[in-house]
Amino acid sequence: MNSNITNWKNGFRDGIPICLGYFAVSFTFGILAKGAGLTPFQAVLMSATNFTSAGQFAALGLIGASATYVEMSITQLVINMRYFLMSCALSQKLDSRAAFLHRFLVAFGNSDEIFGLSVCKEGKLNPFYNYGLFSIAMPGWALGTLCGTVSGSLLPERIISALSIALYAMFIAVIIPPAKGNKLLLGIILLSMISSLLFTQVSILNQITPGFKIIILTVLIAGIAAFLFPVREVADER
Amino acid sequence: MSGNVYIYILVMAGVTYLIRLMPLALIRKEINNVYIRSFLYYVPYVTLAVMTFPAILGATATIWSGLAGFFVAVLLAYRGGNLFQVSLLACLTVFIIELFVVPGIF
Repeated sequence: MNSNITNWKNGFRDGIPICLGYFAVSFTFGILAKGAGLTPFQAVLMSATNFTSAGQFAALGLIGASATYVEMSITQLVINMRYFLMSCALSQKLDSRAAFLHRFLVAFGNSDEIFGLSVCKEGKLNPFYNYGLFSIAMPGWALGTLCGTVSGSLLPERIISALSIALYAMFIAVIIPPAKGNKLLLGIILLSMISSLLFTQVSILNQITPGFKIIILTVLIAGIAAFLFPVREVADER
Repeated sequence: MSGNVYIYILVMAGVTYLIRLMPLALIRKEINNVYIRSFLYYVPYVTLAVMTFPAILGATATIWSGLAGFFVAVLLAYRGGNLFQVSLLACLTVFIIELFVVPGIF
């Protein structure tokens, strides 16, 4: 029981950068949601129930264009398909003996950022760490949305611009330390970044949406790496 | 806009939740296959690296502050800074660069 509380606290603490970064992103989302004709309540409800950036931004365009509900669900499926891969990876981090209910709760909060932090934790993942992350990240996401819809000029652009880098910096803080002294991981990270850059620069490739770019590159690079450099006994020590 | 916003929100939330839930609910046992285990081990590194770069360069008001924030984050992370320190100092770097080095962008 004590370890659950400790894990929750650790998650809450580690989630502070997520909260700041989410505030900046959802603030922008709030401004756009207002422009698309959503009330503050509707915008916050969308943020609280969806908890995903790209999907929500795309939804605003679809709602504005009076898309059908089928179009909406297909768009969300395509944009958010990357979560499928992430949940697969996370399924191996959770203890198979833990209560089944935890998986339903962990799934709800499995955003890019919460996934990144929980999957790179050492050892098995205690779901309470995940809930700690969620407990601080969600208020940032919902509050940012609210502030954006209520007053787009509440925060100076300078602050929003500075906060916008928080999530990316956090990702770097997650992937760089394990790669230190591990040339293989370092190479994989570099290769991923260079490929990602190529996808934005090379014509035809740059037509691919960010969501699909993530899926294609992950399947390709992680797939080849697993084939060339299979890892023995990874799950337990990592 | 002609559809009902609440139904849109419900549809979106349902689809997104199901995508996140299915693998977690269906893959409950530990996978023993070395290839799949290795694949899933590499997934987060590739995914997070792809999401970070080059998107980090376009996240802020100018590419220069994004670039500076990127280098600061990599350096601090390499030297063992924790999540909070790395994030906060990257934000601070962006703020300072935009204030002094590239004035007049706002």
